[in-house]
Amino acid sequence: MGAAISRRSLLAGGAALPVAAIPGQAVAAAAGTGDAVEPFHGPHQAGIATAPQAHAVFLGLDLLPGTGKEAVVRLMRLLTDDARRLTQGRPALADTEPELAVSPARLTVTFGFGPGLFAAAGVTSPVRALPAFETDRLQDRWSGGDLLVQLCADDPMTVAHALRMIVKDARAFAAVRWSQRGFRRAAGTQAPGTTQRNLMGQLDGTVNPSNLDRSVWLGDGPEGMRGGTTMVLRRIRMKLEQWDAADRSAREFTIGRRLDTGAPLTGRDERDEPDFDRLNQLGFPVIPEFAHIRRARAADAGQRILRRPYNYDEPVGADGTADSGLIFASYQADIERQFVPVQRRLAEGDLLNEWITPIGSAVFAIPPGCTPEGWIGDRLLTA
Amino acid sequence: MSGVPGWRKALPVFSRHVLMLVAALVAVSACGGGRQAEQPPQAATSASASPARAGAASGQAAALSITDPWVKTTKKGMTAAFGTLVNPTDSDITIVAGSTPLSSRVELHEVVDSGGKMIMRPKEGGIVVPARGTHELRPGGDHIMLMDVTKEVKPGVEVPFTLTVKGGSPLEFTAVGKDFAGGREDYQPGMKH
Repeated sequence: MGAAISRRSLLAGGAALPVAAIPGQAVAAAAGTGDAVEPFHGPHQAGIATAPQAHAVFLGLDLLPGTGKEAVVRLMRLLTDDARRLTQGRPALADTEPELAVSPARLTVTFGFGPGLFAAAGVTSPVRALPAFETDRLQDRWSGGDLLVQLCADDPMTVAHALRMIVKDARAFAAVRWSQRGFRRAAGTQAPGTTQRNLMGQLDGTVNPSNLDRSVWLGDGPEGMRGGTTMVLRRIRMKLEQWDAADRSAREFTIGRRLDTGAPLTGRDERDEPDFDRLNQLGFPVIPEFAHIRRARAADAGQRILRRPYNYDEPVGADGTADSGLIFASYQADIERQFVPVQRRLAEGDLLNEWITPIGSAVFAIPPGCTPEGWIGDRLLTA
Repeated sequence: MSGVPGWRKALPVFSRHVLMLVAALVAVSACGGGRQAEQPPQAATSASASPARAGAASGQAAALSITDPWVKTTKKGMTAAFGTLVNPTDSDITIVAGSTPLSSRVELHEVVDSGGKMIMRPKEGGIVVPARGTHELRPGGDHIMLMDVTKEVKPGVEVPFTLTVKGGSPLEFTAVGKDFAGGREDYQPGMKH
């Protein structure tokens, strides 16, 4: 640990700093991460437009049989209260470990309602399950769910404590269907805004929408969803052993981007627009016809989905086989119009399909944010 | 001051800040004068002598508030309510009794060490909230004990409570039902009962 602190401080402060100043600097930086707070109240729920935190848990809950609207309202009041306090660095009500709540580390708690919750509450669901895609190998243990709780923070202890409080308060109403832990680079490791890499080594999430009011937040439709959005959560397993066998040029050919800079094969910088029409000396497209970025491209930039992925890396098998992949989370105003066409094109033909398999899938309506007196879903469930 | 408990009753349980604000407003108005006419004639406190005693007594009942009130869920039988009592006045405030539609038998309890075993029993003389201070009602400490509960207390329900204040108007609030595994001290009925 001493070595880590010294190295970080030297990087931050410059090698000319006297050695005595090093530990103090490192401590100050750590305290800043822990104290950072994301607002809870507002027109939108936090955890979507929020700069992605380092750690996440996605929790899928199934309502217990006989849980109707009255109970769902009680549940959402309780969970909203937990989220409101914990995200601001305050213990939850009846928190048995209040000392674990004092470092919010940009904690956000985001709630999503699956079709089953709407059915239980007797309210028309704004979302429905995705159509089947040919490449899907979905497992029940990673799919579906009535209620989603997405917890993200820059500190794993904070996430663990918030998850524990939420699960304790949900237990009387719901069973845990799945929980998926994800991570990105630790806070402060890279400059803010740097596109994350996935465990295949690719920059993942370069193209995201710039105007969220147009492509993510709902401005019309049912009043109780305005300011909300929809979420697709897919668990995508990577076949890293097979990926090991692919050389660098094959990997770049598959994606249509360079591995080092993330630049399209027709450009120099990550943010350069790909030139899908450019041909090589043999007359073939520089970015192959079935390259991932060509197939994933939304024709209309206003229809882009907001991707906010996390990596997963579960215990390694006895033979060394990795259980790794991507927790793909996307937010979009309209799943059928924005997500489904892209996923259909990818399922029909994407070179990357050789090395990835969707094993989990769920959709949720993300209600808008709430006021200090309200709770998440109040306008949907009490209309 | 009689209007204030009514406000509080109408407030959502979760608005801790609002409750704090109400407490602060009441404290300000109690100090601001012009309220003397509303002073109840028998508003003397049981607290030890204090120069500001009479003036503070006028505001003490309504100025008392509770933050984060909650009640432990139960199918039936015994349960307890908790929260942090806040006294912004210059005099101690004594709570002598409590009531709720959930139970016909409500007692103010303390938890004490009896020969190495933690037991709970009625608190002699009630619960004192110190002047300009707070008093926490918590599992393992002082609490509002509900006996003979016949209706299930479900998580997330809102349960009305009234605390009787010695020499002042009662404190009304709503506590939220929370699942809680702890607070299982043995019940020892009052020694003098």
